[in-house]
Amino acid sequence: MFSLENILPAQQTVDYPNFKAGDHVRVHVRVIEGDKERIQPFEGDVISIRGSKESKTFTVRKMSSGIGVERIFPFFSPKIAKVELLKEGFVRRAKLYYLRNLSGKAAKIKTKTTSKA
Amino acid sequence: MPGLIGKKLGMSRIYTEDGNIVPVTVIEVGPCKVLQVRTIEKHGYNAVQLGFGVKAKRVRKPDAGLYKKLNLEPAVVVREFRLDEVGELKSGDELKADFFTEGEKIKVRGMSKGKGFQGVMRRHGFGGVGGTTHGQSDRLRAPGSIGASSYPSRVFRGQRMAGRTGNDKVTIANLKVMKVILDKNVVLVKGAIPGAVNSYVELIKK
Repeated sequence: MFSLENILPAQQTVDYPNFKAGDHVRVHVRVIEGDKERIQPFEGDVISIRGSKESKTFTVRKMSSGIGVERIFPFFSPKIAKVELLKEGFVRRAKLYYLRNLSGKAAKIKTKTTSKA
Repeated sequence: MPGLIGKKLGMSRIYTEDGNIVPVTVIEVGPCKVLQVRTIEKHGYNAVQLGFGVKAKRVRKPDAGLYKKLNLEPAVVVREFRLDEVGELKSGDELKADFFTEGEKIKVRGMSKGKGFQGVMRRHGFGGVGGTTHGQSDRLRAPGSIGASSYPSRVFRGQRMAGRTGNDKVTIANLKVMKVILDKNVVLVKGAIPGAVNSYVELIKK
């Protein structure tokens, strides 16, 4: 199968931390208002990473005044300025869509405990 | 020069500077070699015959003779493009991706994917017959009436029915050239084009 990667390698705009589903991240998004550009952070849990190469995306879910908000970010989007990994979560699946049906304390992801040496 | 021969490599996406995603089709365009030039004086019409790729095996003998005369390598695909004026083109010229400029609108022509024998709903967009209740069965995807009875006692020509679908020559106009990659001889065209991956298409300049 053909791959655009060999022809036009996608330009990664940001150095991504090594995050996975369940992690708590803050995504810094470039927003253009008029002729000014500013950074808007979007903080939440990564509930899915899907796709590959230039189509790879990740989904971040957060609770905004009691309402669940999800945003899908393409890894190669030039709109992303920075991604911070804030907390590593402990989850047992790759896609955390079940969180949509949970609320309050049940929707909380356990944080990873550091390995006992 | 109205067009070039290309090979559909597949689809992908690219990002614009403001973060928008543009779906693109990746097309390998040649290099296309000018095989023969047709002129009004000699052949009765103006056109240029282009060849794409190099055919290494099983070249037909008449073709082999022609290519020997032209002193060129046998091409896999040969297409003719009508021209208003032939201009400076001559046999042996090579045309590459720089034939197109970024932002330009082009037409892409090719054979669409074959769908096999399809019913009228898929082939012509018919609505099917009635609902599923009141005892009706087996008629959901039926074509319905195909005409009146004793007069005219026949079915009118051109009545749309089920049959072979796809594999038609399809032209898509106004496709924007998003990117021209010279060293790979590839153009990225916004949106989808007819045909399967690895099929040959004509890219026509307007």
